Amino acid sequence: MTDGADSGDHPWDSAARAAALFAVDPHGLGGVLLRAAPGPARDRWLGWLARLLPQGPPLRRLPVGVDDAGLLGGLDLAATLNAGRPVVSRGALAEADGGVLLLAMAERLPHGTAARLAAALDEGEVVLERDGLARRFPARVGVVALDEGIGPEERPPAALADRLAFPLDLEGLPARDPDPALPDHRAVEGARRLMPLVTADGKVAEALCAAALALGIYSLRAPLQALRAARAAAALDGRVVVLAEDASLAARLVLAPRATQVPATEDTADDPPPDPPPTGEAEEGSADPLDAPPLDDLVLAAAQAAIPAGLLALLRAGLAPKGSTSQGSRAGALQSGKGRGRPAGVRRGSPKSGLRLSVIETLRAAAPWQALRRAEAQDDRIQVRRDDFRVAKLKRRSQTTTIFVVDASGSAAFQRLAEAKGAVELLLADCYVRRDQVALLAFRAEGAELLLPPTRSLSRAKRGLAELPGGGATPLAAGIEAARLLAEGERRRGSIPGIVLLTDGKGNVARDGTKGRAKAQEDALAAAQALRGAGLPALLVDTSPFPEPAARDLAEALGAPYLALPRADAATLSTAVRAAAAAPARQAA
Amino acid sequence: MTIDALAPVAPKRTAKAPVPPPGIPTGRRAPFPFAAIVGQEEMRQALLVAAVDPGIGGVMVFGDRGTGKSTAVRALAALLPQMPVVAGCRYGCAPDGTGGLCAECRDRAAAGPLPVAAAPVPVVDLPLGATEDRVVGALDLERALSKGEKAFEPGLLAKAHRGFLYIDEVNLLEDHLVDLLLDVAASGENVVEREGLSIRHPARFVLVGSGNPEEGELRPQLLDRFGLSVDVRTPTDLAQRVEVVKRRDAYERDPAGFTARWGREDAKLRKQVEGGRAGLSAVKVPDKALENIARLCIALGADGLRGELTLMRAARALAALEGGAKVDNGHIRRMAPAALRHRLRRNPLDEAGSGVRVERALEEVFGK
Repeated sequence: MTDGADSGDHPWDSAARAAALFAVDPHGLGGVLLRAAPGPARDRWLGWLARLLPQGPPLRRLPVGVDDAGLLGGLDLAATLNAGRPVVSRGALAEADGGVLLLAMAERLPHGTAARLAAALDEGEVVLERDGLARRFPARVGVVALDEGIGPEERPPAALADRLAFPLDLEGLPARDPDPALPDHRAVEGARRLMPLVTADGKVAEALCAAALALGIYSLRAPLQALRAARAAAALDGRVVVLAEDASLAARLVLAPRATQVPATEDTADDPPPDPPPTGEAEEGSADPLDAPPLDDLVLAAAQAAIPAGLLALLRAGLAPKGSTSQGSRAGALQSGKGRGRPAGVRRGSPKSGLRLSVIETLRAAAPWQALRRAEAQDDRIQVRRDDFRVAKLKRRSQTTTIFVVDASGSAAFQRLAEAKGAVELLLADCYVRRDQVALLAFRAEGAELLLPPTRSLSRAKRGLAELPGGGATPLAAGIEAARLLAEGERRRGSIPGIVLLTDGKGNVARDGTKGRAKAQEDALAAAQALRGAGLPALLVDTSPFPEPAARDLAEALGAPYLALPRADAATLSTAVRAAAAAPARQAA
Repeated sequence: MTIDALAPVAPKRTAKAPVPPPGIPTGRRAPFPFAAIVGQEEMRQALLVAAVDPGIGGVMVFGDRGTGKSTAVRALAALLPQMPVVAGCRYGCAPDGTGGLCAECRDRAAAGPLPVAAAPVPVVDLPLGATEDRVVGALDLERALSKGEKAFEPGLLAKAHRGFLYIDEVNLLEDHLVDLLLDVAASGENVVEREGLSIRHPARFVLVGSGNPEEGELRPQLLDRFGLSVDVRTPTDLAQRVEVVKRRDAYERDPAGFTARWGREDAKLRKQVEGGRAGLSAVKVPDKALENIARLCIALGADGLRGELTLMRAARALAALEGGAKVDNGHIRRMAPAALRHRLRRNPLDEAGSGVRVERALEEVFGK
């Protein structure tokens, strides 16, 4: 990219550069986390990538629900039966060796799948220990994770995101701009050959590390990826030495989108910019020797200038997405196939009424008889009899998700919030023992807020609880509706939801956001009926100091047991909730 | 007890020769050298101590992303000295019968002395997605289908016998595999009853797990199984971070060259581990030390005797690793957090951290 002068001007410039750098070293850089709704903008970027990648292993699409056989590999049934000996089918990771995997709907990726992908990205190979096969296949892949998430909680698992060098957000980029300058795939091929020769001064690594730390990026993968990206940038420019402009570009693309804080500026000279990047001029001086202080400042300034505007505003307001480590670990230990139960051994039986034939075990059962049966049948093919059939035993562990809906409004909060927190804490400890999930919703002022998405992680739960604020109006209807949506989502995932609503039942904000007690009450009852209609078990805990009919009416609309707790302490509350929460689990089992 | 009798049979390795590290199959990228790991003192120490005395019972590494948990465990493989095995045994039985013999070796032993060979200490990966048949072993499908023979193909548990079994992201491992591992780890024997096969073979291994507590807690029963538990944190010191990035980068650009440059340091560590193993049984544990350990455990209310026993063994192994003749308070202090922090009867919501509680108890018992 020789036209460094206009860098940063074109709105698509960063996206194009990330595509080009990634194409140079897909496996080394791990990948791109592409946050964009499906549409022309995303297709455009993917089109560039396809043009940039040299001929060879193709862009391979990976469905989000891919199972272990599809991802890692396993026994190829048809071929095995044909050949009369075990034949391995390679999974998507091994098939894509040397190329790029396109991961659809990455925000819905189960943690187990993310961990498998992460292992392959780290080691550059797939370790297959399945179906009686023990193999290793090279899998030097890069991953483009297509993140279609909408809310801040809908994010790909952090274990994967941490390993992808370029977080890219195409949101709001103009669709009809002319293409920015892009190298062609021959330039990329040249850069790939040059890549191993590119050296970087130690100061580059120092500057990138310093910038990462200043931006509050703690994972050490980020500066490493940035260093690699800087190298790729130099190679793409036909050089074998990393210059300041390469480091700045890497900081912009790799570090800036990960920032969790605005760097503390020691000297007031350069106030943190929303003003356009100083990189333009900075790169003019790229021929300068790499003096430590200027390079450090340069790299940090470049990264800082590129922090997305929205993120910057959040960071300034101290509302950073809660720490880089907790991002995206949305659902505790979400595992695939939970809905259908997890495999727990096999037994003899025929595959009927939804039982799944375990092919490998069936073959094993048939194997010892082959010599005999083949001779008998005068046929060289594998002889499988009914007796050999083995079906997979699936253990359906009823995982429950208890959703706490806490009224944190002014009317309920001040005397009761602490108690509600205490009860939730006790229940959390309980869930820890049972390995159940909990979620925490609070409603106050304008609406409902998901403080804690379903999780099994206690440290996160505890944190979410501590952050629960209080005060304001009571948007009761919004709270109930949010609980219903969350519970329905959990049910779709195969978990059994239960709702515990802690409120005084005195809503004063209607569904449409207008204030007024009558309308609010009406909306709350309607929301409660909808929840009941959805068949979701609930429990209402009246938190008002003197039990009043409002909460009782609400409980009736919910079809929920009512629990008045005037001056009850946390322990009593916990016992009561536990008793009620046990009921729905039994019902559903 | 003479030291020679216990000396591992590892051949002397010269520092510079590009010999593939013993635990690693050839053809793969050489692992990152253990000696080149920056910081993470507690994790390194725990792994080395477990290498000196496998009886300590496993290491669990909790930590942030990108702190080199897997790197350290894989690096350990290259450090381990070789061990004597029964030549030709598929389960790697020890010729002197420690840890039990498989059926074949028992038969052979009855007929005469067992032939001895040297083999690397195995460090076996249990990848996520592994199926049960590969973990415990199963009927050899290939031989069964093509020749109609009923033969047992040993699984990962057999491979890991007398070595290490490593599970990355252990909190994501499927529950029925966890149950199975717990069972085998407790009994030291793998019993396979499937497909008309009835096999039992010794399977004693050091379980090493790593995981991120943000992605779900570990089952208490499993956590209990680990002798040592260490927390790793991302370093926040800039100089240290720069060093990590520089070394990692140098390694990724030229794994073979980097490993060779660190060969001398790694060899030093290997020697230390060998020396520790050899000297372990000669290390004295004075009554005073035992008393201090007991007082520490009482102060902490650590459950059961396992904590005391583990701490004693870990302190002894550390002393052996450092060439000491007896366990002193320093050894105990340094191993106490790893040996005890996961055994405290814990309030699962107390975030003050069990590490802090151990520190407090240490001050109480040892002063300062």
